Order: sequence, then structure tokens, then C-alpha cells
Amino acid sequence: MSETTAHGQSPHTQALHAQDHGQQHPIGLYFFVWGLLFVLSAFSYMVDYLGIHGYMRWTLILLFMMLKAGLIVAVFMHMAWERLALVYAILLPPVLVLVFVALMVSEADYTIFTRLAFFGAAP
Amino acid sequence: MAQTIETHGEPGLRPAGLRGVAADFSSDQRAFKTASWGKAMMWIFLLSDTFVFGCFLIAYMTARMSTPVPWPNPSEVFALHIGGQDVPLILIAIMTFVLISSSGTMAMAVNFGYRRDRHKTAVLMLLTALLGACFVGMQAFEWTKLITEGVRPWENPWGAAQFGSTFFMITGFHGTHVTIGVIFLIITARKVWRGDFDVERRGFFTSRRGRYEAVEIMGLYWHFVDLVWVFIFAFFYLW
Repeated sequence: MSETTAHGQSPHTQALHAQDHGQQHPIGLYFFVWGLLFVLSAFSYMVDYLGIHGYMRWTLILLFMMLKAGLIVAVFMHMAWERLALVYAILLPPVLVLVFVALMVSEADYTIFTRLAFFGAAP
Repeated sequence: MAQTIETHGEPGLRPAGLRGVAADFSSDQRAFKTASWGKAMMWIFLLSDTFVFGCFLIAYMTARMSTPVPWPNPSEVFALHIGGQDVPLILIAIMTFVLISSSGTMAMAVNFGYRRDRHKTAVLMLLTALLGACFVGMQAFEWTKLITEGVRPWENPWGAAQFGSTFFMITGFHGTHVTIGVIFLIITARKVWRGDFDVERRGFFTSRRGRYEAVEIMGLYWHFVDLVWVFIFAFFYLW
């Protein structure tokens, strides 16, 4: 509990104060990203409203989703200004979820195959 | 429990890029040189939460891919009857815009927090909490509507039975996250309004000095809730 040392003067507190001013960015940037998120959400809603189907639909949904997620993480959550050690520690592990997705796609394919082969069309 | 201070090395002379990653991870005391203890821990919690929601969405994908019964069309299920016609997904679209707006006000609150403008910060955080509460309210409306229409975790009138279970589980967990976020927003806003972070008043639970970084850490959680909704919106409602 070294935090109970002298108030305001220790190099420790100075370091903390330096951190307090670490993430200052112009408000215009936040408004710009906010606007972009609105436009991208409107686009993804339009995909459904206009009734786009098939590969075009899935591509557009994924595109707008990734753009929105990227803007939120990079700007709103300040990831763009963090050191790479933190960026990699947080953003690389979720990529491994894709391996899990691949496993479960193959599993689901097998399940529906057995359901159709042995139970007809019943669930 | 104290923050570590660097006892040697020049803080201004840290290498960038991959060389910086190697240097940071192989250094002593701490790997995340510019992120504080609290911020790094919030990020690691959010990473674990990412896996929780990742598992839910994967379970949903598996259920939807493996059923021979057609999946109910979300565009029609979540349509609202407005002005004599069915508008597809309109409630979900409004919920999305409300949550994005709350993310915007939260980002503003963090910004004003670092400018040490405590009144604007507190008001913006309360506005964020209000928008979050609106979101939960609309979700409650949506649940009520679906339940009166006969959706249960084990059946629904339109198709594959797994629709109900995945819907209630995924949106329920997300709604819980939003609710917890609203509660914590109100608690942090009260601290900001009282000036806890200007006088470095110690927290009642952690006994750590109050700093405006708490607003940013609160913001990380709130933006994450918005982030999860982006994925739920894409995969559950639009797919």
C-alpha cells in the first residue's frame, strides 16, 4: 500500500497525473465517428429494408459490422493510441474464436446430415 | 496493490512497433507501459466477456445451421405495425441508434472528464445512463411482445424451436450487461458530480485514490456493450 505516501509531491502521483491527461483528443473527432456509426447503422438497416439477399447480403452485413466494430474499438475505446503490446494482447486472442467457428461449422454440418439421414426432415 | 513505478529506463525512449511489443513484454515490472493497472484489468475482463458472447453466438450459429426446420425470418418477427403497414425490424433499428448515441455521449463524458469539467462529465454520464435505460425498456417491450405472440425457449409459432432459446439467452445476457452498466454509470456519475476525482477521494470499496481515469474505464465497459450489440444486430437480427 505505498499509495499512502506524501500527497501530490511524490514522483508516483506525478506519474498518475501524467496519465490523467493521456487521452485527450479533439471533440470533433468523436462527433465525426459518431456520425459515421449512425450512417453505417443506417446502411446495415437498409440491407434488410431493401431486401438484399444471398452472398451480397452477408458481405454487406459483415462489412458494415466490421467497420462499426473497428471505429468503436479504435476511437471510442482509444485503442488506436495505446501501445502495441496492449493492442496485440487484447485483439489477437478473439481471432482464435474463428478456429472455434470452423470447428462448429463442421460439427453442425455433420449434425444436420445425421438428422436428415436418420430422422427424415423432423427436428 | 500499488501501481508500479519504473525505477530505471527512459519513459520517453520506448521503441515502437514489434520491437516495442518484444521490449514491453520482456521488460520487468509491467508489460502495459502506458495503460494503468485499472485500465489493463478492464481490458482483460472485456476480453473474457468477448469469449462469453463469442460462445453464445457460436452456439446460435450451430443451432441454426444444424436444424432442418426453417429459421423464423427476423425481418418479419421483429416488424412493428406502424401507420397501417408493417415496418421491418424498426424497433431493433431504433434500439441500435439509441445505443450508438449513448456510446457517443459516453465518449464525450470521458473527454470532458480529462478536461476536469466535472459538471459536464456527470451530466453526459447521466444522459448515457438514461439512453441505456431506454434501450433496456425497449428490450423489455420486445420480450413482452414476443412472449404474448407465443415465443418460448422451447417453441415458437414460426419455425425452428431453437429460435426462442438463442434469442432469450443472447439478448437477455446483453440486456443484463446494459443494466449493470446503467447502475455503474449512475454510481460513477455521482462520484464525478461530488468532485471525488478532483480531490482524489478514496473509493469506499477499493480505498484507491479517485482519478478521472475511472470515467474512461467505465467508458470502456459501456463501449463494449455497444460493440457486442453491433455483432448481435448483424448476426441475430440481420443474417
